Amino acid sequence: MPPSSGITARLPRAGTGDRAGRVGVPLGIGVAVLYMSVIALIPFAALVNGAFDNGWDAFWTAVTNERAMTALKLTVGISLVVVAINVVMGTIIAWVLVRDRFFGRTFLNSLIDLPFALPTIVAGVTLLAIYGPDSPVGVNLAFTRAGVCVALLLVTLPFVVRSVQPVLLELDREMEEAAASLGATPRQVFRRVILPNLTPAILGGAGLAFARALGEFGSLVLIAGTLDTKVSSLYIIELIEGDHQASAAAVSVTLLVISLISLLLLSGLERFFSRHAR
Amino acid sequence: MRVDRAQAASLAGRWGLRTIAIAYLVVILIAPLVFVFYRAFDHGFDTFWTAITSEAAVHALYLTVIITAIVVPLNAIFGVGAALILVRRRVPARPLVSALIDLPLALSPVVVGLCILLVWGPDDWLGQFASDAGIQVIFALPAMILATTFVCLPFVVREVVPVLREVGTEQEEAASTLGATGMQTFWRITLPAIRWGVIYGVVLTTARALGEYGAVAVVSSKVSGESETLTLFVKSQYDQLGDDPQVGAFGASVVLLALAVIVVVGMNLLTRKGAIRGDHGL
Repeated sequence: MPPSSGITARLPRAGTGDRAGRVGVPLGIGVAVLYMSVIALIPFAALVNGAFDNGWDAFWTAVTNERAMTALKLTVGISLVVVAINVVMGTIIAWVLVRDRFFGRTFLNSLIDLPFALPTIVAGVTLLAIYGPDSPVGVNLAFTRAGVCVALLLVTLPFVVRSVQPVLLELDREMEEAAASLGATPRQVFRRVILPNLTPAILGGAGLAFARALGEFGSLVLIAGTLDTKVSSLYIIELIEGDHQASAAAVSVTLLVISLISLLLLSGLERFFSRHAR
Repeated sequence: MRVDRAQAASLAGRWGLRTIAIAYLVVILIAPLVFVFYRAFDHGFDTFWTAITSEAAVHALYLTVIITAIVVPLNAIFGVGAALILVRRRVPARPLVSALIDLPLALSPVVVGLCILLVWGPDDWLGQFASDAGIQVIFALPAMILATTFVCLPFVVREVVPVLREVGTEQEEAASTLGATGMQTFWRITLPAIRWGVIYGVVLTTARALGEYGAVAVVSSKVSGESETLTLFVKSQYDQLGDDPQVGAFGASVVLLALAVIVVVGMNLLTRKGAIRGDHGL
């Protein structure tokens, strides 16, 4: 390869300046596209196709029949409750982990990530070990909506905490001190200075937690399933096992649309608040 | 006096918040973790050991390891390649491509399983080719691998993309100016620069592959000792009546929990490595 001058070296992008690169890069892109298609895109297309396979009317019936609606409403309702609790408790936990100093704080901090690494079925079994039928503390939440809430709270614990924590770490303490020295009460400092700065991060975490709660399955499969605890993921698996794949696909697509709309909505809100915070 | 009262109030507030946070974590997370250990070892260590070394349990662990060992390298290679393409190449509709890679994060695991079912069923799009070739995909190991791969698709890409952006192209350009081939530049310059991002992504992928339940549950035939992963084993044991299966369920859970703890410790160590890298001011 002749020594290239500065200009010719900059013209091709890095790594394409030799023959192997010229063949290798398009080949690499081709392989990546093929891989993604076989693994995710074609199966996803099959899902959407499956949902509308028997026409729009069949889709509409599958989604709006009483059982599907009950499941969807329950899923959205419980997820909203779970997100509301997460917003409050996640912010408090992040606050305590960043601003407080006490024995065991570092340990608690690393414990927060555990629900991300914990297999969902293990999360369910773990909860049933204490709040299950043979509860050693006398609390049986199996097949109750409270049990579903607790399971969802466990698996979504890290989202709000982990999105608020870095913002709280970066937050300028001088602003708070200035507000306090000007006579603001701690409550006013929190509401006027701290909260506006945290809002975008709280909303970001809440969006992810909501999306996760909507689709959660593994941690609920042992705790829920009765008539008034059948969330959408459990309803979908019932349809699959009953060989109603088209209906299952229809409910799945609806669940995904709800999830995507809420993520878009919350990221919009997040941008709005981050523009108005400073 | 006013200052004293404010201080007292802030002290009370601090203790109050600390108590609320710790109490919440105890109820939601810590107490359940303690009790799953208690339930696993309730009948003695021997019972626990017998339960997790039963033929079905060992085969379940074996299957989980096989699936993980296939999925993690595949997704690691794809993840690094896709990240390089996304960051360094002109990609049409880049936000859409990114969103498609993130799609598994917005899908319920059950829905991922259903996707695999709908495309690899014997009469379906890709399933036809497989059954023509005489390969059993659905309700067999290949489908479980495909489902796990789908679920784990975004992790490496998401970790590597920001690191690649941060690293920039200067060093790579310098290397190719000095006559390095594309492969040399990748192995000597790019990969060492992004290695912690890749490793972090691989750790996340491994954790998810070991622990996936929903997607695998849909596409497995769930025969004990044959097509049961460790997570499916936990479920089937829990569903059986009697003390022994219960110990099996809690025991296998403790094994998976131990793996999760290792992952969290690894994540913490890597985050610290990442901080060190950041300090060098790339």
